[in-house]
Amino acid sequence: MTATGGRLFEGADWDFQALQRIHDACEEVALDELGLEVYPNQIEVITAEQMLDAYSSVGMPLFYKHWSFGKQFAHQETFYRKGLMGLAYEIVINSSPCISYLMEENTATMQTLVIAHAAFGHNHFFKNNYLFKQWTDADGILDYLDFAKNYIAQCEERHGRLAVEMTLDAAHALMSHGIDRYPGKKKLDLRAEEKRAGDRRQHEESAFNDLWRTVPTGKVKTRSALSAERRRTLLGLPQENILYFLEKTAPRLQPWQREILRIVRHIAQYFYPQSQTKVMNEGTATYVHYRIMSRLHEQGRLSDGNFLEFLQSHTNVVFQPGFDDQRFSGFNPYALGFAMMQDIERIVTKPDEEDREWFPDIAGKGDAMAVLRDVWANYRDESFISQFLSPRLMRHFRMFHLHDDPTEAGILVDAIHNERGYRRIRRELARQYDVGYIDPNIEVVDVDLAGDRRLMLRHAVVKGAQLQETDTKRVLQHLADLWTYDVSLVEVDTSGNVLKEYVVSPRAVSAAA
Amino acid sequence: MYIVDRRLNPGSKSLENRQRFLRRAKALVQGAVKKTSQERDIKDVLEGGEVAIPLDGMAEPRFRREGGTRDMVIPGNKKFIEGDVLPRSGQSGGSPSEPGEGDGEDAFRFVLSRDEFVDLFLDDLELPDLAKRRLTEAESVTLQRAGYTTSGSPANISIGRTVRLALARRVALRRPRRETIAELEAALAECIDDDRRAVLAAELEALKAKVKRIPFIDPLDIRFRRFESVPKPVAQAVMFCLMDVSGSMSEHMKDLAKRFYMLLYVFLTRRYRHVEIVFIRHTDRAEEVDENTFFHGPASGGTLVSSALAAMSDIVRARFSPADWNIYAAQASDGDNSYADSELTSRLLTEMILPVTQFFAYLEVGDTSGGPFDMPDSSLWSLYQRLQAEGAPLSMRKVSDRSEIFPVFKDLFHRRAKQEKVAS
Repeated sequence: MTATGGRLFEGADWDFQALQRIHDACEEVALDELGLEVYPNQIEVITAEQMLDAYSSVGMPLFYKHWSFGKQFAHQETFYRKGLMGLAYEIVINSSPCISYLMEENTATMQTLVIAHAAFGHNHFFKNNYLFKQWTDADGILDYLDFAKNYIAQCEERHGRLAVEMTLDAAHALMSHGIDRYPGKKKLDLRAEEKRAGDRRQHEESAFNDLWRTVPTGKVKTRSALSAERRRTLLGLPQENILYFLEKTAPRLQPWQREILRIVRHIAQYFYPQSQTKVMNEGTATYVHYRIMSRLHEQGRLSDGNFLEFLQSHTNVVFQPGFDDQRFSGFNPYALGFAMMQDIERIVTKPDEEDREWFPDIAGKGDAMAVLRDVWANYRDESFISQFLSPRLMRHFRMFHLHDDPTEAGILVDAIHNERGYRRIRRELARQYDVGYIDPNIEVVDVDLAGDRRLMLRHAVVKGAQLQETDTKRVLQHLADLWTYDVSLVEVDTSGNVLKEYVVSPRAVSAAA
Repeated sequence: MYIVDRRLNPGSKSLENRQRFLRRAKALVQGAVKKTSQERDIKDVLEGGEVAIPLDGMAEPRFRREGGTRDMVIPGNKKFIEGDVLPRSGQSGGSPSEPGEGDGEDAFRFVLSRDEFVDLFLDDLELPDLAKRRLTEAESVTLQRAGYTTSGSPANISIGRTVRLALARRVALRRPRRETIAELEAALAECIDDDRRAVLAAELEALKAKVKRIPFIDPLDIRFRRFESVPKPVAQAVMFCLMDVSGSMSEHMKDLAKRFYMLLYVFLTRRYRHVEIVFIRHTDRAEEVDENTFFHGPASGGTLVSSALAAMSDIVRARFSPADWNIYAAQASDGDNSYADSELTSRLLTEMILPVTQFFAYLEVGDTSGGPFDMPDSSLWSLYQRLQAEGAPLSMRKVSDRSEIFPVFKDLFHRRAKQEKVAS
């Protein structure tokens, strides 16, 4: 195709041939100039109503049935009908082929923007970022959702809607604690184990020295302490994936209930990378659409009018209101992400002295896309910010760090965008995106197998933030219903003091379920 | 790249989830409706619209943290320098708002359509005892699948069944397969031995003849789907609304009665398609009126309950033969009746009305001053009580306040496991 192959479309109307032309033009820029690597694209045109539907099933094209999605739908419909909420221009699904939903009422310019943004920006990120590679299976997700939907429908038929609903309610309550945060242990392999055991024996034999026998040892562990340790090891404790623990060890769950816990757990795991990469994901997509749209305009395939229309919605998307603005609701991931991507491009191509000092590895390297592709593949929000947030951007956003200690009289301004504050601000901002800090750290620590089979959990309290009481009781109630024996949770601060203890007994009905 | 046009796909994918949600929220929504119905106009209440329900039963709990020391980095610094201490109260201090925190706790708001609303509102109510069922001719016949038949219209051929039978027959009669014949032909073509050729040719001939004899599909095999027309029972009912609109009825009492009938009206038009409603209002004479006049038309005069009963009896005779209709009646009055009329009223009721009605409810409306138990028994109340004691199937309730309308209504029309003699 020639570089100036005429306009892609005229005016605001589009048809399916135009979509095809737009896609091909975007693809040319994305693959040849930006060097992106994407899943095959599938573009689906939907209506506003279908968009609302998609919203309430977490954006997935097919999902099992549950009342909570209906609740969300009712809520969003109310807002939408009142005109309080606009709908997104697109939804994109991390699957292969990568499905992007386009709203039918978008103008041709918006469709171009959306295709560049979702079908190439997000798509590249999904395919290349290490978190997505590690945790999600883009080829299998749609099939898995189909399986989940049918399986749960079958369970409802066989065991009754109510029983399934109760299980799902409980599983949803624990969803945020149904995630493996670290790549799974490799399965033990018998031959490797034997070899390891042999090696160790050989080492012992070669290093044998009878003198060691005469060295006094510490206190021998009592038999009960040993058995407790052994029990915890057998149960795989401590375990922070509560759903996994229940699925494997809850004593009285039916097989279908275990399968439902597993489904909820898998879906939570599938969404886990998305929550960790909001800034990067949106930053990548926004940067990509900006590059593609600008290139199309340069080639003359987008008219000036259409390009202005694009710029207007682009600036809306990357707008970051200040903290004292009415519209402020935290950092806008589009704004922060896009600004950081552009900043990296600048550092790589036109660095100044400060950049050379702060980013010696990438400053002046010349090939911006290579650096960016590497960043997109190997970082998540937390590490991305702590590595690449430059002093220039901190000045640009006029960032400052507040320290709010309820025991003090006021809120302390701990750092501002100056030489003394750069590193502190960057560290704190990165921490704001660290899932380890966002989610409460709750673990299953033990089960009282000899006594009343109580399940014991522990919340490690960080910075004095305890659990919200009503919600915690409700979640523990769900947990107890699944466990079918008492459940206790202690909140322990960093020095080991118990701050609060909850004990919840299962409701009678669920034991029979 | 594929482009898929999904716009024509069936919408309302969330409908089922929405219904599940409503089912779960039913008790809460009903509670909310009951509460508002005491204050608001019933007509408005039944219009549906936005409802707010407490989040209690609908909560989706998660482990959440609150309190503690917090650190945040936010943009837009204009004048602060390191070490400033900002006052905690007031937005100027710069603590960012927390979306979703305050909003979620108290109530959950959403919009119900009118149908959903009325459905929930009248969910556990039922017209009492629709025992007598009358099969009406028109629009009540449905077709039902009823197995297979050997004759019928070509449009109804069941291909699956036909082919199955044909296959069974071909197997049973050992119709040679096409491959067998092809093999033989091939063998014949290759064979050089003359004797053998003759044998093969004969065999082939026999097989081909057999194929001709035994058809692939025989008329015997053909089956048609059979449909039966099943008459669908349709219950017809007529509901008589009788109301005293005489001068002794205060506006408040009329309002109570109106509310009761409005509920009744919504309930009936909602639940049964074949329900006719007759509005009869009376002073010292009765007339049949349309709905609007019944509720809103002005009238005044004395009180003769028997006139309304006589009018109802006439209408029943003229238009609603008891053999064809289930007849229900609900009467609202302040209880005043002239003493001379008692005899006629009781005779009309026991001889003409009660024998043909399934259900007769009497609602006595009183002034707001006294509770229902302070009201002295009115003449009509005592009369009906006497009749009830003698075994007449009457239901009676007293109402003096708006808030009692719904409970009384619910009580009268509560869905019962089996018919139960209503005694007040």
